[in-house]
Amino acid sequence: MLRLDVNFFDYTFLAIYFALVVGIGFMARRAIATSEDFLLSGRSLPAWVTGLAFISANLGAIEILGMAANGAQYGMSTVHFYWIGAVPAMVFLGIVMMPFYYGSRVRSVPEFLLRRFNPATHLFNALSFALAAVLTAGVNLYALALVINALIGWPIWASIIVSASFVLAYILLGGLSGAIYNEVLQFFVIVAGLVPLVIIGLHEVGGYSGLKEKVTHTALGPNSFSTWTGTNVGHWTNPLGDWIGIVMGLGFVLSFGYWTTNFAEVQRALSAKDLSAAQRTPLIGAFPKIFIPALTIIPGLIALVLVPNLGTDKNATYNDAIPLLMNRFLPNGTLGVALAGLLAAFMAGMAANVSSFNTVFTYDIWQTYVVKGRRDGYYLRVGRVITVVGIVIGIFTAFIASGYSNIMNYIQLLFSYFNAPLFATFIIAMFWKRTSPWSGVAGLAAGTLGAAVMHFAGYHIAYFYKGGVFDPSHATINAQMLNFYGAITAFVADVVVTVAVTLVTKPKPVSELAGLVWGVHDPNAPDPDTVPKPAWWASPKLLGGTALGIVVILSVLFA
Amino acid sequence: MSDQTSNDETDTPKSAASRLFDIRLLIGGLFTLYGLMLTVAGFFTSASARAKASNININLWLGIGMLVLGLLFLLWHRLNPLKLAPPPDDGAEDERRHEH
Repeated sequence: MLRLDVNFFDYTFLAIYFALVVGIGFMARRAIATSEDFLLSGRSLPAWVTGLAFISANLGAIEILGMAANGAQYGMSTVHFYWIGAVPAMVFLGIVMMPFYYGSRVRSVPEFLLRRFNPATHLFNALSFALAAVLTAGVNLYALALVINALIGWPIWASIIVSASFVLAYILLGGLSGAIYNEVLQFFVIVAGLVPLVIIGLHEVGGYSGLKEKVTHTALGPNSFSTWTGTNVGHWTNPLGDWIGIVMGLGFVLSFGYWTTNFAEVQRALSAKDLSAAQRTPLIGAFPKIFIPALTIIPGLIALVLVPNLGTDKNATYNDAIPLLMNRFLPNGTLGVALAGLLAAFMAGMAANVSSFNTVFTYDIWQTYVVKGRRDGYYLRVGRVITVVGIVIGIFTAFIASGYSNIMNYIQLLFSYFNAPLFATFIIAMFWKRTSPWSGVAGLAAGTLGAAVMHFAGYHIAYFYKGGVFDPSHATINAQMLNFYGAITAFVADVVVTVAVTLVTKPKPVSELAGLVWGVHDPNAPDPDTVPKPAWWASPKLLGGTALGIVVILSVLFA
Repeated sequence: MSDQTSNDETDTPKSAASRLFDIRLLIGGLFTLYGLMLTVAGFFTSASARAKASNININLWLGIGMLVLGLLFLLWHRLNPLKLAPPPDDGAEDERRHEH
């Protein structure tokens, strides 16, 4: 098993970092007087802070290790997760959807559904999100413990308890501000930890051209550096399947669903100080997101070239790509920085889920349905208590996962069914004012069912198997491609049922839709002429257009 | 904006968000400290450690890079500090802090 050669000097870096993590919690504590201070940072943060937190909340170590693994396994096609997937969705969130979220003053994504639809739709989304968030926090915690165990040898149970305590400390003390500030710090540390790997690795294999030349001689073959080759519908050979799955499934349905409706992300924008800063949150985040493949996919490919038997050896799985390179290249000191970044990333993955779970539970479940109409101080206490409860559930989940790791895969699969149709419901709700209250929950339920049915049916369709040949053992199925098609099915099912139910049920009076639907003016909104405008270089349309332009150019260069 | 919420409680205490500290100080401080530690270590890099990193003195270069970034954050903070609005109990109408 891989064990890093960590010495006292590296531990000094780790100790300084972890002291600072808790210190941020203590220092953020004095800025909390209300439940909104605790759960939404008092809506006071500048755009560059919320923008970097927006990226970091997703830049958990599962993402970092996983994207390096995808790079080693699938080659450059992995950039689709960033350039087709994340960036267009983030631009759409900032320019089109944020005015509805931030402008309507909702405190969470489920609360938007409550005001736009009805309590049934609200509960469906609030409960599935809260449950998914708290279990995902547990999965992150377990993954963190596995890495600590492998790299520096602490026992799993000790790693789980110690890391959960750090996360508990800074969220309980500092609330969302504590989580967001730590995410911003983590962003810079993880970049500082990954850049040396890329520099040394590229130097070792002879630069980018050397890497390209050597990778084409591995099992990945000559198509490993092209992203669109083999995506023809009907006879795909690309590792991610055909272009319909990539563009519509991954790009349009899954990524838009995740980036524009997942509250762990949107919450970062809701904590911004004004609408303009909220709009710029995902747009500022889009720029680093464009270039993160250089820090994840490239190390994956470098590992593929330098580590013999990567992916076939039990002690060198694709997920080990980055730790293996750290072990091989980094001297003590730089190793400490990289390790701090990796552990910080895992904690951020957990903290983002806990800090969105406590908000949805406090506002959307407790205050809306269980104990209504108390003073704000009461809900601040509820928020703190439920933070502890959430972390305890996370610890239990992590312990269960360490015994039955397959259970976690099934749970994540189950929640992917719930996520798939969300974007369809939101986009219809925001642009068609006739959409009726009951169509919300009906559409979401139909979409969730559609994703599940497609997932099971897909195993019996030869098209989803490599070369189009059905394999009874399911070994050659393209799980990513099936996942994309499952999302397309969910989207279509949601749209059909939402429209059908709308046509036979009563719509909401237009007066209740103010500020929630395109073209229905909110009489309480501030006069646009009096709201301070950002400088021309910070205008959302310019930022979004620039990000999309860079992605188009890069997509052509790396086609 | 800090004086309105979507629920109708009248006894909501004032937000204390204006008392939040400036994260630029901590990023700047951490990177300056890490940068100094790595740069000093970089001057004592052993031949074997250098050979391990493809003959790049990575501690030195990463140290210098982090030091520069840390100092830039401290400089940004110095040139454009947070202007704290008066504390909420002074009866200030707008307690938001101003970044720009």
